[in-house]
Amino acid sequence: MIDQKKSISVEEQFIEGEHTYGTITDKIGAIPLSQHQPKSWFLMMGASLLLLGCLVTAITLLLFVGVGIWGVNNPTGWGFAIVNFVWWIGIGHAGTLISAILLLMRQRWRTSINRVSETMTLFAVMCAGLFPILHLGRPWLAYYLFPYPNGLGMWPQFRSPLVWDVFAVSTYFTVSLVFWFVGLIPDIAVLRDNAKSKIARGISGILAMGWRNSAAHWHRYETLYLLLAGLSTPLVVSVHSIVSFDFAVSILPGWHTTIFPPYFVAGAVYSGFAMVLTLMIPMRAWYGLKDMVTMKHIDWMAKIMLATGLIVGYGYAMEAFYAWYSGSFYEWAMMKNRALGYYAPFYWALIFCNVVTPFFLWFPKVRRTLWVLWIITIVVNIGMWLERFVIVITSLHHDFMPSAWGNFRPMLWDWAIYGGTFGLFLFGMALFMRFVPMLPMAELRHQLHAEKGEREARESEQEREPVGGAH
Amino acid sequence: MPEELKEQAKCLSLDELRKKLKSEGKGWRGLEELAETEGFQELLNREFPRQAAPWTGGVNRRTFLKFMGASVALAGLAACRPQRIDKIVPYVKVPENVVPGLPVYYATSLTLGGYALGSVIESHDGRPTKIEGNEKHPATLGSSSAMHQAMILDLYDPDRSKGVLNAGRPAAMDTFYKVARAAVAEGGVRILTETVTSPTLGALLEEFLGKSPGAKWHQFEPINRDNEIKAAEAVFGAPLQPVYNFANADVIVSLDSDFLCEGPGAIRYARQFSDGRRVRRDSMHMNRMYAVVVAPNNTSAAADSRLRAKGSEVEQIALAIAGGIGAGGAGANLAGEATKFIDAVVADLNEHRGRCVVVAGAHASPATHAAAFAINQALGSVGATVNYIDAVEVRAESQAESLAALIADIEEGVVSSVFIFGGNPVYTASGGSRFGDALAKVPFTVRLGMYDDETSDGRSWHIPMAHELEAWGDARSFDGTASIIQPLIEPLYDGISAIELLDGLLGRRREGYDIVRSQWQRGGLSGEFEAAWKLALNDGVIEGSASAAKSPAASMSAVVGLAKRPLGGTEVNFRPDPTLYDGRFANNGWMQECPRPVTRVVWDNVIHISPAMAETLGWNPVRTMWFHPDSEPVYGNEGRHGGEAGVPIYQIEVDGMKVEGPVWVTPGHADGCVTVTFGGGRRRGGEILKDVGFDANAIRSSNEVWTVGGAKLTDTGKSLIVASTQLHHTMDDRELVQTSTLEAFEHDPEHVTAHPHGPQEEMSMYPERKWDGNKWGMSIDNSVCIGCNACVVACQSENNIPVVGKDDVLRGREMHWIRIDRYFHGPSLDDPETLQMPVPCMQCEQAPCEVVCPVAATVHGVEGLNDMVYNRCVGTRYCANNCPYKVRRFNFYHYADNYRNNMPSPEDAPVLKLLNNPDVTVRGRGVMEKCTYCVQRINEARKTAKKQNRAVEDGEIVTACQAACPTQAIMFGNMNDPEAKVTKLKAEPHDYSLLPELNTRPRTTYLVRITNPSPALAGPAEAGEAH
Repeated sequence: MIDQKKSISVEEQFIEGEHTYGTITDKIGAIPLSQHQPKSWFLMMGASLLLLGCLVTAITLLLFVGVGIWGVNNPTGWGFAIVNFVWWIGIGHAGTLISAILLLMRQRWRTSINRVSETMTLFAVMCAGLFPILHLGRPWLAYYLFPYPNGLGMWPQFRSPLVWDVFAVSTYFTVSLVFWFVGLIPDIAVLRDNAKSKIARGISGILAMGWRNSAAHWHRYETLYLLLAGLSTPLVVSVHSIVSFDFAVSILPGWHTTIFPPYFVAGAVYSGFAMVLTLMIPMRAWYGLKDMVTMKHIDWMAKIMLATGLIVGYGYAMEAFYAWYSGSFYEWAMMKNRALGYYAPFYWALIFCNVVTPFFLWFPKVRRTLWVLWIITIVVNIGMWLERFVIVITSLHHDFMPSAWGNFRPMLWDWAIYGGTFGLFLFGMALFMRFVPMLPMAELRHQLHAEKGEREARESEQEREPVGGAH
Repeated sequence: MPEELKEQAKCLSLDELRKKLKSEGKGWRGLEELAETEGFQELLNREFPRQAAPWTGGVNRRTFLKFMGASVALAGLAACRPQRIDKIVPYVKVPENVVPGLPVYYATSLTLGGYALGSVIESHDGRPTKIEGNEKHPATLGSSSAMHQAMILDLYDPDRSKGVLNAGRPAAMDTFYKVARAAVAEGGVRILTETVTSPTLGALLEEFLGKSPGAKWHQFEPINRDNEIKAAEAVFGAPLQPVYNFANADVIVSLDSDFLCEGPGAIRYARQFSDGRRVRRDSMHMNRMYAVVVAPNNTSAAADSRLRAKGSEVEQIALAIAGGIGAGGAGANLAGEATKFIDAVVADLNEHRGRCVVVAGAHASPATHAAAFAINQALGSVGATVNYIDAVEVRAESQAESLAALIADIEEGVVSSVFIFGGNPVYTASGGSRFGDALAKVPFTVRLGMYDDETSDGRSWHIPMAHELEAWGDARSFDGTASIIQPLIEPLYDGISAIELLDGLLGRRREGYDIVRSQWQRGGLSGEFEAAWKLALNDGVIEGSASAAKSPAASMSAVVGLAKRPLGGTEVNFRPDPTLYDGRFANNGWMQECPRPVTRVVWDNVIHISPAMAETLGWNPVRTMWFHPDSEPVYGNEGRHGGEAGVPIYQIEVDGMKVEGPVWVTPGHADGCVTVTFGGGRRRGGEILKDVGFDANAIRSSNEVWTVGGAKLTDTGKSLIVASTQLHHTMDDRELVQTSTLEAFEHDPEHVTAHPHGPQEEMSMYPERKWDGNKWGMSIDNSVCIGCNACVVACQSENNIPVVGKDDVLRGREMHWIRIDRYFHGPSLDDPETLQMPVPCMQCEQAPCEVVCPVAATVHGVEGLNDMVYNRCVGTRYCANNCPYKVRRFNFYHYADNYRNNMPSPEDAPVLKLLNNPDVTVRGRGVMEKCTYCVQRINEARKTAKKQNRAVEDGEIVTACQAACPTQAIMFGNMNDPEAKVTKLKAEPHDYSLLPELNTRPRTTYLVRITNPSPALAGPAEAGEAH
């Protein structure tokens, strides 16, 4: 009994080194308040601004000329825009999972990584949200998709999954934003109290919303946080399920599949964790956060990637199996085309990236070798992008009527706008690193408190009991 | 004379302009007055000519400044112009029959190759918008063809020449007449026309020749009747013209002919042919067509049994058939396959004496034509399936020889002036004849033409020609029936017609109306003139003017005498292009973007070769995908993108002449030869025709050559991206075009349709929707569809469908609402069956597109139409993705207003706005569109019926595709009316819908394509039985 507890206690230690409440606050709070950023930050900011310029140019041209500047055509009405949309939304998935589900499950290790992953979620969803609007033939009429009161008495057509998408994505974004902000309040109050410049004090003063660290505040804060977690838990499943309905509700071979919702959700978590790792591994090095984001964190996240990667792999296998087993001529023709047709290299690349690569994560050594893990996360994200590409393109370019078949090839502006969203994403992340406490200080102090308490309890128990008692 | 010739309209220079402004002291207020002087207009013309700044998709600094400068300069002038102060009179007394907003229809004729195509033109508030066939006219019977439909676009072509040019500079018509009459008076005059069937022009020519001693009249058109005339002169002793009646024929033998789609009687012949093939439960009679084919075309695709042959072999096959029938001719050394085919043909012909016909293609050799004449004579077909009439042309002659005589005269130096009426002989004449070089030697050359093209380049004078919808005239059709051409609109660019020009040269300068009227006053109309004239104009056809049939005696011995020695080596066949014809439609965006039959290639013309030939050239066009072992070979040029196919460019060298063109592997093409078509490689005369295709005339040694041997093909190492609207060749085991044979249908009509992927049970959670009132539906008969594209272009014309240009077709973005799907079928790669099927919107009762639209922009109407609400569409393209038939079309750019790709836009050429059908919305950028079953026509008929308090009658609504269809393969109507034709067709046992397993319940259904292959020939045609 005691032994078991002991082992848990050892596992449950997620802050390494000699830290006090003060050192944690100083370490993390100093970053947004300091005037100095590491060189890598400037590099990241510079690159993101370049890409952001690319995005602005691409969007301007798109609005003036039309979606014809992309490679989309008549059989393949959806191209990069939808691929990128699903991909970014998937990346944005880790945020809620970490903040909501892991919170409810009392997984304390989430504490160190939740801020970064929630922020990543926000910017990923922003990037994702651009695409459904921009891919419209007439983006200025995007508001037609919202149920707003109007003189025409027109409502959206609620049978269309695209309308569901509007609600799913906007709800997801709103809840994620609120969750993120609520979590930030105590930390902003810390910034307010420590800021030297008037402007920083003013802004953080407003954003701290009168936080006074009183017990009543903490009580309400904890309740609210838990409620929000409960509220956003269904969203983890709903967003990507509904995104998958965009495909599953249609009648196209390769899209019309019941396996899509779970398989999309697993894929989303997969890519989300991959992206969190992609960001975390360099960030903890740049800002010296290795005590709070420990190798254990990284190891566990890699394990989640492994688990979700296996689910995704199972999804691919079932997709192929049922294409054959269903006896549907068109499904099987689609599967053959996917695996052996024009886009076969993409399919096999995706299988390599998403199914073969995660198997390396079985090895603890791989999970703990940062540069290898970092490359694997990149490979997995490329794989997840390819997955969406294969789903969108191969089903469309060869469907029912061979007379209408035609291939899709991305044009310059497809790449420009895709690359551009990286600019938006990295720009957002860079701003976040500069102005917002990257790790949740208040929660880490809690964590430290809890861990200390446990350690003390353990130590006192050890004192009481003779070592090496019979069991 | 030279001084007079060099006289040019006075043109101001900029210095002179400044001086003039200064001297008049009026400053800027004077500019507008100045602007009205002829000199200033000419200066403007020279400073800012349209052709000077070709739009290539991008704007460089120079063009930008130029356009800015031009627009500022011209905008200033326009702004200074005050409002007119004349008193205007409102429309108090409305002209009879003109209700603003309602179209008026006029009967007239348009000509192609000189022959009349009776037309009824829809005119909205004075602007013609749509061409239909004239039911009363024997050549069209109310139907149409793709080229016929496309002529309306020529009328509004912004690249048409807009003024008289003297040595390339604007000049006045009066000056021209002064100079030209002087030139005529000097003698040595030659007139070069296209084929003339017009009685008025004929009479004027006769008068002109009579009055001008030494003057001669030549005719030239590259696609002509030369070989037929030669054969007729040899066999009958006179240039008689055959008029076929395929309706009476049970057996038809086509000797490399494309009688369904080419030639003056094609529309009528297609109707007759299809009338013999409408297989129904209660009428199972069907004709049988054998086709000898060099390059596959619509006629060979429609044939029941085919034989591939080289161009030079066709003649031997014809002679062998004639020999077999006992109509002269001789046996020939032919391969086993050919012998078998000939035996079957001979047996079948003998069995159907008097009910069969043999027809030779216009480009077939004189001996082939002669053999066909002899066979028909011997089989007693004359009078039944073929009649002979006196030549319809004013003067029947070999046009190749006529042009050669003109060139010889020029070389001799006896020609001092040439007047060219229409045509484009400098481009269309064979490279070997060097007509352009010869023409340059003539001191005084005049060109009357719609375009400032190759022929107008370098002429002393260019006169803009009126379109046939702008001028009076007359013409005769394939059977001799005469009709009056009446204009529907004033000439847009001060063009004049050939008869007006000739009348002017004769010193009269009468109006076209007076010329034509006075001609017919002299005779040709029966009864009281005024009434007969009005009737002729009203009907668009002159009653009883068809030529009388003759019963000529044939000299069978002449046939063999015409035979030529077989050619050696690789042969090159020259053919009119199925969409560009002889190049006259090269500046017509509709025709450039109209997918060619069989190949579905658009924009560029290509060198057709057979798959086997491609292999001998050393490259493997066959991409047999290894996962597809158990079915037909998959072959095609699937490109990286939409409709993109990268193909090698080869050089063809014949008799020392060379041309380079992209090679296209065309299954069904004869081996050992290549086929090139005219119409590409135009050099001048518009923006659209630039850089499209290659000029096949360049390797044609003479205008008499249709097949030449000894060609050398070499790979240039270059390649070209060719646009095609369909790159996948086979149906991939899907039963899309279902086929069966007459034998199977007779045996068991109920089981000729196949649903290989299993019919689905009707399962729905929702109650069945009731369709009361009108329930629109369409039935398409695949047995008679010949894939002629008339429906495609008619739909484009009716529904304001834009042209997207080659670049966007390459990306698979063509906009046609109805397309012709083509599949190669059967076990043979070299000689597959070619299946063609029109695919409009299926108007599914359970439409997959409607469910997925997030904004309810596509919804179901109460009459079962799947409606598009353009205003509401935001362009998610989800509907197109979810459409299993892929009939939805998206405006990726603002195609309607900005053609892109060198094409003029209505912004800089407002004339294009006149073209649009006002009853159909012009769609903007980012909007989805698709076939509406011509909802504007449905609404019009419903309104009329409602006003008269009755139901819409069957046949009252005719969709544009249905109206144009020469074979009446398309039927539209109310499925709730048990007596409606469409209801009856849908009750036929061989009615089927596309992809029934998806349970979309299409309102458009098809009839199984039933063929009647010869039992003696176990060919690929028979492999098409339903399985």
